[in-house]
Amino acid sequence: MIVYLLCFILFLVGLYGLITSRNLVKIAISMSIMEFSTFLFFALVGYVNGGIAPIVDPADPVKIYVDPLPQALVLTAIVIGLATTAMMMAVIIRLYRKYGTFDIREIKSLRG
Amino acid sequence: MEIAISIITVLMIIGALYAIHARDLLSAVIACGIVGYGLVICFLLLKAPDLAIVQIVVETITLIIMVAVVLDSSREEKFSKPDGQGYISIITSILLIVVLFYFFKLSVETLDAFGSGSLRMAAPYIEGATDKTGSANLVTGVVFDFRGYDTMGEATVLVTAVLGVLTILRIKGKK
Repeated sequence: MIVYLLCFILFLVGLYGLITSRNLVKIAISMSIMEFSTFLFFALVGYVNGGIAPIVDPADPVKIYVDPLPQALVLTAIVIGLATTAMMMAVIIRLYRKYGTFDIREIKSLRG
Repeated sequence: MEIAISIITVLMIIGALYAIHARDLLSAVIACGIVGYGLVICFLLLKAPDLAIVQIVVETITLIIMVAVVLDSSREEKFSKPDGQGYISIITSILLIVVLFYFFKLSVETLDAFGSGSLRMAAPYIEGATDKTGSANLVTGVVFDFRGYDTMGEATVLVTAVLGVLTILRIKGKK
């Protein structure tokens, strides 16, 4: 159970950073941290004790494999995470070029 | 196994805490890299080589994008004493953390112990996958055959994101 707890603490650290920080780059970093903890949770759920990587070897007598389904889901999610991060960074760099700051509260007070 | 993963997860938590509290944005981005590459080692320990390969590529690209954004700026986060709004957000986050922790305590009891293989969905996939899909790698079989529509949707999301980035970076803002 301790791994699930640590994984959840990682999620909470990301959540804390997301709510409290005022810097746009740090908000993006916190969102990636939350994503990473979710991926780790999926990989933990799919693990089987004594299992091997899910690549079939006909000569192998022991047929215990790690669950391939969560791995397939995470594989999709990682690539989508890259897409969302790239999109977020593009918006951030536009905002920086317009306002000259990463601070969300200063951006809110300057109306362009 | 469980101990090794716990140690790496603790390292990832420390990296995440440093990333949130660092003054210099460049060190915050590099500390975010600690979390990502720690995740790669966790995937390798959890017998997920496909995930490790994809994660190491994606993490490198993400770091390059973030460093490019940060180097283009003044890099320093201005130090400001937390005022009323800051305290409100800190209190909100602590309340949220307490509530979420309560639900975590409720839900973690329904999970089986680590490593018991509690998901039963995989059995049909593992048994007939090589004959049905012709792929020795079960993850590839699931991604490109059983869940092919899902992968097509993922490709759509990727194309949309690339178009969005191009559009955002090309338009000229109002002066």
